[in-house]
Amino acid sequence: MRFHGVAAGVAATLTLFSTTSAFAVTQISWWHAMTGANAEVVDKISKDFNASQSDYEIVPVFKGTYPETLNAGIAAFRAGQSPDIIQVFDVGTGVMMAAEGAIKPVAEVLEGAGLKFDKSQYLPGIVGYYSKPDGTMLSFPYNSSSPILYYNKDIFQKAGLDVNNPPKTWNEVWDAAKKIKTSGAAACGYTSTWLTWIHTENFAAWNNVSWATGENGLAGGEVELKINAPLYVNHFQALADLAKDGTFKYGGRTSEAKQIFLAGECGIFTESSGGLGDIVKSGMNYGIGQLPYDSDAPGAPQNTTPGGASLWVFGGKTDEQYKGVAAFFTYLSKTEVQEYLHQKSGYLPVTLAAYEATKASGFYDKNPGRETPILQMMGKAPTENSKGVRLPNLPQVRDIENEEFEKMLAGQQTAQQALDNVVQRGNAAIKDAMGN
Amino acid sequence: MTPRVVFPNKVLPYLLVAPQLAITLVFFYWPAGQALYQSMLKEDPFGLKSKFVWFANFEKVLADPAYVNSIKVTAVFSLATALVAMSVALLLAVMAEKVVRGKGVYRTLMIWPYAVAPAIAGMLFLFLFNPSIGTLAVLMRKAGIAWDPLLDGTDAMVLVVTAAAWKQISYNFLFFVAGLQAIPKSLIEAAAIDGAGETKRFWTIVFPLLAPTTFFLLVINTTYAFFDTFGIIHAVTGGGPGKATETLVYKVYNDGFVNLILGDSAAQSVILMVIVIALTAIQFRYVERKVHYG
Repeated sequence: MRFHGVAAGVAATLTLFSTTSAFAVTQISWWHAMTGANAEVVDKISKDFNASQSDYEIVPVFKGTYPETLNAGIAAFRAGQSPDIIQVFDVGTGVMMAAEGAIKPVAEVLEGAGLKFDKSQYLPGIVGYYSKPDGTMLSFPYNSSSPILYYNKDIFQKAGLDVNNPPKTWNEVWDAAKKIKTSGAAACGYTSTWLTWIHTENFAAWNNVSWATGENGLAGGEVELKINAPLYVNHFQALADLAKDGTFKYGGRTSEAKQIFLAGECGIFTESSGGLGDIVKSGMNYGIGQLPYDSDAPGAPQNTTPGGASLWVFGGKTDEQYKGVAAFFTYLSKTEVQEYLHQKSGYLPVTLAAYEATKASGFYDKNPGRETPILQMMGKAPTENSKGVRLPNLPQVRDIENEEFEKMLAGQQTAQQALDNVVQRGNAAIKDAMGN
Repeated sequence: MTPRVVFPNKVLPYLLVAPQLAITLVFFYWPAGQALYQSMLKEDPFGLKSKFVWFANFEKVLADPAYVNSIKVTAVFSLATALVAMSVALLLAVMAEKVVRGKGVYRTLMIWPYAVAPAIAGMLFLFLFNPSIGTLAVLMRKAGIAWDPLLDGTDAMVLVVTAAAWKQISYNFLFFVAGLQAIPKSLIEAAAIDGAGETKRFWTIVFPLLAPTTFFLLVINTTYAFFDTFGIIHAVTGGGPGKATETLVYKVYNDGFVNLILGDSAAQSVILMVIVIALTAIQFRYVERKVHYG
C-alpha cells in the first residue's frame, strides 16, 4: 500500500508539472514544406522566436512537398485537427481563399491581438497577391520568388556571344539560342522550368497582357482564360519551332530542367530566383539577367509576379493561440529576420526595410543578380494584368496547360491549337470548380 | 476417418475471429463505405459545402474523354506489362532449369527485384532512361535512337511498362519454376526418346502443362499492373506526356489529391472497386481450383 501511495504521489506531481507547463506556454503548430537549406531556416527562425519570449512556442513540422502539405492540412481540418499555421504554395492560394470558413485572415489575426498591420511596410507586389480584392490581407508571405534568366558564361564565350550582355527580349533569346546550337557551343540553346508559371502567368504580367478576365481571377466572380491571344500564340509557336531541332529543350512540368542547365547541356535558362542556390553550388560560371520580355508588347517590361508560398492561419482556435500567431508574424516581419531569410534562402524579403538594409549592407554588390527579382517586381506599379493570377483550381488548369504544351512540343499540334484547347478545357474546368 | 472438431463454446470462435473482423471492418468496409458516400457528393476540398448529387459524378466521369483515354491507357499498359513480365519470366525459368551448377544462386538472384518498392524501381529506371542524365539514354542517343519519354508518349509508355514488368518478373519466375518442377520428367524423357527436339518438347508438353500457372499469373499480373504500379508511374512520368501514361489509378490520385475534385475521384475509385471485385471473382471461380501449387 505504501508503494502504491508513493506511485500515486509521483504521478500526481508529474501531472501537476505537465499542466503547469502547458498553462505557461502556448504551443503554436506550423506545418511547412521546406527541405534542405530552407528547412534549416525554418528551424532557426522558430528556435530564435521561442528563445526571444516565454509565452509561446512555435513547433515546426515538415509535412512533405507543397501539395502534400496542403493535402495534410485539408485532411486535418476535415478531421477537426488542423494546425495553427500552414504553409501553402502560390498555386494553392485560390483553394485556401475559397475556403472562407476554414481560415482566419492574417489581418484579423493581427488586429485581434491588438496589433496593426501596416501594409506600406511590405513589398506591394507580394502583399497584393495574398490579399482579397478589398485589400484585406489573407495570408502572410513567407517565401516569395520570381522567375529570372540564368546563362552559362562559358557557353556564351564559345558561341561568340557577349558574356556581359544577356538577352533582354524573347527574340534575342531565340537568336542567341540558335547561335549556341549552330556554333556547337552546347547541345541546346535554351531550356526552362515551369512553362505554366514562367511562360503564361509571368509572361502575362511582364508583358502587361491579360491572362484571364476579371483581373486574372483576382477580382472574384467569373473567369475566362485569355491565353490564346496572338502574343501568346506567337511566343509558343516560336518555342515549338525551336523544339523541333532541339534548340529549345523541354525538361518537364516543374523544375526538372534545372538538371539540364546544370549539366551544361543548354546555354540559357529561365527559372525561379529561388533556384539560385543549386546553381551557385554547382560551381558553374553563370550570369543572371532579367526575365526576357516580348518586344511586340507595348508596355513591356511591366513587373513580374511572386511565386513561392505564404502562411495561412486556420480558423476555430483560441484567442491565446491567435495572439501567439500574431506575435510570431510580427517577429517574422522584423528586419533582421527578413534579412537573414532573404540572404540565406534566396527568397525575396517581404518588407521594404529588409530590402533597404540588405542593400545598405553591400550584399547585392557581392552577389549581383540577387537584386534582379526584386527590381523586376518593384519596377512599376502593378496593373490589372500583373498582380498575379488566381483560380480556385489553378493546379488543375496548370495540368491542362502542361498536357497541351507537351503535345505541341512533340509536334502533334500547333501553338494555336494547343492554346485554344487550353482555353476551352480550362474554362470548362474553372466553371465546374466554381459551381461547387 | 478424421475426427470431427467440435467447439462446445458458442462465443469463443467469434472472439477469436473478432480481431480479424475488426481490421477488415475498419480498414476495408469503412473506407469503402466512405468512398461510396463521397462518390455521390459534390464538395469543396475543405468539406464546408457539400451537396448530395446521386450519380452525377459517375455520369460526369464516364462522359469525360480523359477518363475514356485512361481506360485505354490502362488496357495497353496492363496487357503489355503482363505479357512482357510473363514471357521474360518463363524464358528465364526454362533457362534456369537447364543450369547444372549454381541453380540456387541463379534463382535467388532472379527473385531479388521483387523486394524493391515500386517507387524505388521507378526512380531506378528514371535515372537510367532520363533523356538528359540517364546512363542508358546516353548510350541510346549515341546509337542513333531517338529517345524522349518526356515528350514522346510511346517512349514514356515503353519506359513505365519496362519498369513495371522488370519488378514483376521475379514473382512470375518463382511460379514458373514451381510449375516446371511439377511436370513429370518421364513425359519429357519419353518425348526426347521419340525424337522431339527441345523447342517441340517445350511447345507440345511443357507449355500446355503450365497453362494453369500461366492463367493464374495472367490474373495476378493484370491486377498488379492495374493497382500496384502507381508508385512507378508517379515517379517516372507523372501520367505524362499529355495524358499518355495516365492509368485509372493514377487519375484517381491526380483528380483527388492534386486537383482536389473529391467527388470525381471517389466515383472513379468506386468504379475501380467494382473492377477489383470482378477480377477477384474470376480468380476464385476459375483460377484457384485449377492451379496446382507444385
